[in-house]
Amino acid sequence: MPAKVAGTAASSSAPLTVPAPRPPAIAGTLYRGREGMWSWVLHRITGVAIYFFLLVHILDTALVRVSPEAYNAVIGAYKTPIMGLGELALVGAILFHALNGLRIILVDFWETGTRHQRTLFWVVLGVWAVLMIAFTPRHLIAVFGG
Amino acid sequence: MTTIDAPRTPVATTRRGVNLEKWGWMYMRVSGVLLVALIFGHLFVNLVAGEGVKQIDFAFVAGKLSDPFWQVYDTLLLWLALIHGANGMRTLVNDYVAKPGVRRALHFALAASTAVLLILGTLVIYTFDPCPVGADPELVASFCGDL
Ligand code: HEM
Repeated sequence: MPAKVAGTAASSSAPLTVPAPRPPAIAGTLYRGREGMWSWVLHRITGVAIYFFLLVHILDTALVRVSPEAYNAVIGAYKTPIMGLGELALVGAILFHALNGLRIILVDFWETGTRHQRTLFWVVLGVWAVLMIAFTPRHLIAVFGG
Repeated sequence: MTTIDAPRTPVATTRRGVNLEKWGWMYMRVSGVLLVALIFGHLFVNLVAGEGVKQIDFAFVAGKLSDPFWQVYDTLLLWLALIHGANGMRTLVNDYVAKPGVRRALHFALAASTAVLLILGTLVIYTFDPCPVGADPELVASFCGDL
């Protein structure tokens, strides 16, 4: 919508326009819509997933207080192929949440952290990929190997 | 007609006392840094070193929990992670739940489950017996000898 400027004569029917707003002086600090938003979405989803796993994990570990048989029976479920893949996803979620958590802390406490939030997100993904490339074969060999 | 305060109207009252929300915010960050070290160590020792996930059984846990180092380590992990997670979930409840009654019920559920699991987990760590009397010798740690 072209803006109407008060006080200008209505005689001309040509639409009046105003110059586009200046780009923000501090580029790359807007969170919404891009890397900043997606990092937030992923941080939230992974945080909730890890939380619910933690509830279950405290309970399954508490079985060591019941009997060796009870603990071994439940922990045996963690060694099946399906659960093995679930653990891979869980470790992926924890690693992302941990690395992106450090990114959030940098954005909050480092004076120029906000300017670098976008770069930091790609650093998080890069470090995450390296760690996953290291962990995945190790874990899959334990789950599916002899 | 709804009205709003004129711009630059000073805040009517400055709240006094401790700002709990601020300390909650600080807690998320301080516990986060500590959790990176604790969780990476936890995952490494249990899933990467040795035989990975396949090594985990009663005797493995008994070996760890009979060592004061791992008792303190696991206690820190339990308290820092569960309070961090529950406080994070409180943020989600505040973001998505508008009805005051539902909000209060969920806050209560979070607080209650956190308290119960902290007590349960801590008791397990410190009352754990690595060599329970009468247990199958095949299932307990080798250091239990013959019971
Ligand atoms: C590995 C180390 C971890 C780091 C560095 C970390 C860091 C953070 C940070 C900085 C926040 C943001 C708080 C805010 O915006 O005020 C956060 C939120 C959260 N964390 Fe963690 N965290 C870690 C582990 C965990 C664990 C183990 C759980 C689950 C038990 C968890 C669950 C959550 C949840 C549910 C939120 C709220 C998410 C949101 O508000 O969108 N985090 N974490």
